Amino acid sequence: MSDDAVLVQADGLVKRFGDFEAVRGIDVKVRRGEAFGFLGPNGAGKSSTMRMIACTSPRTAGELRVLGMDPDRQGPRIRARLGVVPQQDNLDNELTVRQNLQVYGRYFGLSRAQVRDRATELLRFAQLTDRADDQVDPLSGGMKRRLTIARSLVNEPELLLLDEPTTGLDPQARHLLWDRLFRLKQSGVTLIVTTHYMDEAEQLCDRLVVMDGGRIVAEGSPAGLIAEHSSREVLELRFPIDQQQANVPLLHDLAERVEVLPDRLLIYTDDGESVLAQASRRGVRPTSSLVRRSTLEDVFLRLTGRTLVD
Amino acid sequence: MAATGRTVHPVAAIGFVLEGLWTWYRRNWRSTAVSSFLTPLMFLTAMGFGLGSQIRPGPATDNLPYVVYLAPAVLVGLAVQVSTGESSFPVLGSFKWDQRYYAITATPVTVDQLLAAQVVWVALRVFVSGLAYVLVAALFGAFVNAGALLAVPISMLAGLAFGTWVVALAATVNDEGNAFGNAFRFVVVPMTLFAGTYYPISQLPAWSRPLAWVTPLWHGNELARAAEFGGMSLLTAAGHVAYLLVLVAGGVLTARWRFHVRLKV
Ligand SMILES: Nc1ncnc2c1ncn2[C@@H]1O[C@H](COP(=O)(O)OP(=O)(O)O)[C@@H](O)[C@H]1O
Ligand SMILES: [Mg+2]
Repeated sequence: MSDDAVLVQADGLVKRFGDFEAVRGIDVKVRRGEAFGFLGPNGAGKSSTMRMIACTSPRTAGELRVLGMDPDRQGPRIRARLGVVPQQDNLDNELTVRQNLQVYGRYFGLSRAQVRDRATELLRFAQLTDRADDQVDPLSGGMKRRLTIARSLVNEPELLLLDEPTTGLDPQARHLLWDRLFRLKQSGVTLIVTTHYMDEAEQLCDRLVVMDGGRIVAEGSPAGLIAEHSSREVLELRFPIDQQQANVPLLHDLAERVEVLPDRLLIYTDDGESVLAQASRRGVRPTSSLVRRSTLEDVFLRLTGRTLVD
Repeated sequence: MAATGRTVHPVAAIGFVLEGLWTWYRRNWRSTAVSSFLTPLMFLTAMGFGLGSQIRPGPATDNLPYVVYLAPAVLVGLAVQVSTGESSFPVLGSFKWDQRYYAITATPVTVDQLLAAQVVWVALRVFVSGLAYVLVAALFGAFVNAGALLAVPISMLAGLAFGTWVVALAATVNDEGNAFGNAFRFVVVPMTLFAGTYYPISQLPAWSRPLAWVTPLWHGNELARAAEFGGMSLLTAAGHVAYLLVLVAGGVLTARWRFHVRLKV
């Protein structure tokens, strides 16, 4: 089954470290031009999966094709056409920003003239032109991340792998990065993103899988997953310490589902305001209440019984 | 949209990695220049000209002035020292601190090509610092014969015979590099004191000589002196070279195994 539009196809993909199975037989198909996400908490197996797709980590079992080729046998040819942004920046801290791009471009067999031009373009893209000839080491986290992304684009990859692109960045730096990634997507680059932020997954991904404990527990578009696994709205109620539990029985029959978190109750319903009014008539007196739309966080909670970020 | 990246011939790939190392070196050479160039000259001045002025030429110095007897061995010692330096922290750091090796092997460059480039880089560094030392020391009269130039590649071989094992060690350890301090204290320093650098090992008790024989330094010293002063049969020379080559091969294969274990997790 050779389909030119399928860039990554995994069937029963497994990664073991000794006795420990980090990836437990996942099936994934990523098509050309889409932005595909792996959403899951720390330890879900996202990075292990990404490293197998990046052809830097051999798979333990299962089938894997990347750009139609076998990573075990054609790793260098596949890597020539990939861009990789690892979870941890691995820039050459003692070189300048520009040198990082030029040196890296050479590993992809680009000529000196090509890497010079490409570096100039990418510096502009990453908004680092001002810092081009500064050493990398003192740059901010956001700048380093943008440089790592710029570096991953030096070979004009067909498929870009981003492992937690914005983890650890402040909100402003995250929005700037999302903007850059959105432009890449518009220009036709296929993206694979891992994240444990549901807002990032909703922002960037056309389609995603929810991963937990090395397994895929759901798959679909952000909106589709929410429609399938959660209610339209969520009513969040907070109570004075130690009064929360007593209120749970009063709410159960009002909603599709009630989740008890340590600091609040989540009431899943299609009409939050009306549930709040009914609860109020029953004498439920929360210290605060909030009606919001369901998010992927709720989907994750529903599927695994745990929160994404703890 | 087609990517512009491509795979290249392995030799070209090794060249690109060397280019990256050179880019780094161009910015940072000053810190290594002192240790790899001035240190051996200071050494030669102090031990050869200074202390050596009190040592009469005799059978133990091949009837040569002490500084002339010492100069080729200092070259080999320099090679081992530079090779150890370039193979220890820079390699460990490329795995552990800036993780440069992980960045490189995410490109078409393979683990084997990366290791080859790293070893060639060490060899080049040893060769160039050795050559500079020989030329300058010759100006001071410490080298008396053009055969000293042949001693440079010999010292490089001896340097690699030790350095490749240090590369393997650096690819294995995951601490802050304490193992290198121990390698230096318990291997390099005793080797320098007892493997025929300052005096022939025939001056040592017979039981201890086999300890010198296993070191690359002793074989390098024997060869480097023979290159300048002659007096060694071709067969003996071939034996020394063969032993050093076996050490290099063993070091490279061990390093290769460790590189694969560490980079292809
Ligand atoms: N090299 C390794 N050796 C042993 N265990 C590992 C290694 N890499 C990852 N793991 C384990 O595999 C699991 C999944 O890790 P990872 O793929 O990094 O998850 P994620 O990226 O989703 O946080 C974790 O429990 C982690 O501790
Ligand atoms: Mg991860």
